[in-house]
Amino acid sequence: MPEGFERGLLARITRTVGEHYRIIHANPLSRIGFWVVSVFTIVAIFAPWLAPHEPWAMQYDSEGSIASLRPPSLEFPVGTTHLGYDLFSQLILATRTTLIIGAVSGFISIVIGANIGLVAGYYGGKIDEILMRLTDVLYGMPFLPFIIILIALFGRKLEFVILAIVLIIWRTSARVIRAQTIAIKQRQFITAAKARGCSNLRIIYRHILPNVLPLLLLYAAFNIAWSIITEASASFLGFGDGTTISWGGMLYELWLSGKTRVAWWWFAAPSLCIITLVTSLVFVSRAYEEVANPRLRKR
Amino acid sequence: MTDTNLLSVANLSVGYSTSQGVVNAVSDVSFDVRRNEVFGIAGESGCGKSTLIRALLRLLSNNGVSTATSITYEGEDVNSFSDDKFRDAILWKRISLVPQSAMNSLNPVYRVGDQVIEAIRAHRSVSRSEARERVEFLFDVVGLQPELMRSYPHEFSGGMRQRAMIAMSLALDPGLIIMDEPTTGLDVLVQEQILRRVREIRAEVSSSIILITHDIAVIAEMSDRISIMYGGKIVESATAIDLFESPFHPYTLGLKNAFPSISVMDNELISIPGTPPALIGEESGCLFEPRCPFSDATCAQILPQSHSVGEMHQVSCHRHTDVTELREKASKKSTWHC
Repeated sequence: MPEGFERGLLARITRTVGEHYRIIHANPLSRIGFWVVSVFTIVAIFAPWLAPHEPWAMQYDSEGSIASLRPPSLEFPVGTTHLGYDLFSQLILATRTTLIIGAVSGFISIVIGANIGLVAGYYGGKIDEILMRLTDVLYGMPFLPFIIILIALFGRKLEFVILAIVLIIWRTSARVIRAQTIAIKQRQFITAAKARGCSNLRIIYRHILPNVLPLLLLYAAFNIAWSIITEASASFLGFGDGTTISWGGMLYELWLSGKTRVAWWWFAAPSLCIITLVTSLVFVSRAYEEVANPRLRKR
Repeated sequence: MTDTNLLSVANLSVGYSTSQGVVNAVSDVSFDVRRNEVFGIAGESGCGKSTLIRALLRLLSNNGVSTATSITYEGEDVNSFSDDKFRDAILWKRISLVPQSAMNSLNPVYRVGDQVIEAIRAHRSVSRSEARERVEFLFDVVGLQPELMRSYPHEFSGGMRQRAMIAMSLALDPGLIIMDEPTTGLDVLVQEQILRRVREIRAEVSSSIILITHDIAVIAEMSDRISIMYGGKIVESATAIDLFESPFHPYTLGLKNAFPSISVMDNELISIPGTPPALIGEESGCLFEPRCPFSDATCAQILPQSHSVGEMHQVSCHRHTDVTELREKASKKSTWHC
């Protein structure tokens, strides 16, 4: 990092945020996606205060009997489980888990993918060969058996769910970034930078990285969306973290209760949340797709 | 003699390995660049002039291999430097480059001024504001308003980008600036502006310049000494005046015919027939022999040596002794096209 970087950092961040806001706002679908993701984020941050009940506390109705398997009503907006737990509260708290998993896995996987893609694409030759064959191996790795083994070895913990997701998901971003890096390193300004005595690292991170940034953000959004879906599938199959609530975990509980045919609200609520959040993320990524590939832009 | 030489290159050769064999893009090129001069290298496309520069600056692509008996810069044997040492000690600080198609040599995502600042700060430990002042000065030297520092490359015209690249090449007061086709792709007016700037800059700073171009008019106007390259070899070297007033090599004679002259209005242009050699594999005779109207049996057999034909005037041609006859014949179209 160059010195004097700290100075004006705030100004830089404000400018960058402003630029991204403009990019997202230019596209109506992305705008909707952005607001939906923002609402989910706010819910996730304030989840413990927003949830009306404890997620695993039995609820009673006015007559004093357990509110078991109640369909959505004013008192329980999304109904209750067979044990009388409030699904609305569970949903709100699960948003937090899901977003943490999505954001953390999405971020780590894009960092890994981008670095592997940049290094492989820039250096080429043997390094490229090794890194890309590694990627190929991961392409051949089936996700579920992989996560089952990992969970069996280390236990059902959030960290290992994230680890499993990250290890699988970076592969696509690595390939795409590599291809883009190869295209950019042929450009004249890279030769010019070399003639200026720039080191390889400087060329990769100062000259190529900013040019692949739109693509990187596009894949970051994809990776977050895929992490959420992957976590939901893993949790549904019982390989999620048993101590926290997630949307996939809620579906797993439903499956265990054997009430799938009766409690449609129990099934619908987490599913709709997953679909809405993932779709919104894909909508946001559309905006970056247009920056990365201007041909998609409407004239 | 060594004192006046800034850069001496002896027997530089570059080979590119390709699927069809090794392409000898540059073979056995030796030249000196003196302090305070503009040294021109001219030749048609594919004659190896850009490869020569890339080899000199160690910017060859992976399949290119260069060898040289010696490369001396300011008395230092830079040929023995490791790539890292060369990059740290020589590149940009002491030898800078205005690359071919300099118009595309700016990173599109950074402001132009920031790129020049980066170039300065990558090599000198100066503060941002000091670097900024330097860039303002440099922009002024090349005739760009200092406000333009905040523009992005796409907001610049081709000529402005070219000038920004020249500003960048001047940033660290290098002893030698290499300009690879600095005016290619620019219209004549902008070309003239750029060349005028380069001349002014030369009057102000004491850098030497290697000017590479296929444009004979530009090189004649700008250079003190000129080398003509053909097929990866230097075929003739002389001062600018000597080269155009008394050329020896048939290729130089042909080049002179192929360019319009303002002084002689109805002068018909005569092209050189044929195409440049492919440079794959070993050649035994003179490379220009297939296209040369004056060639004889020796030319096809033996590679001509460099002969001294005047003060600072060397030519690689077997028939350099018959120069009067060659010059007379060369001005006639029938000599080249039957």
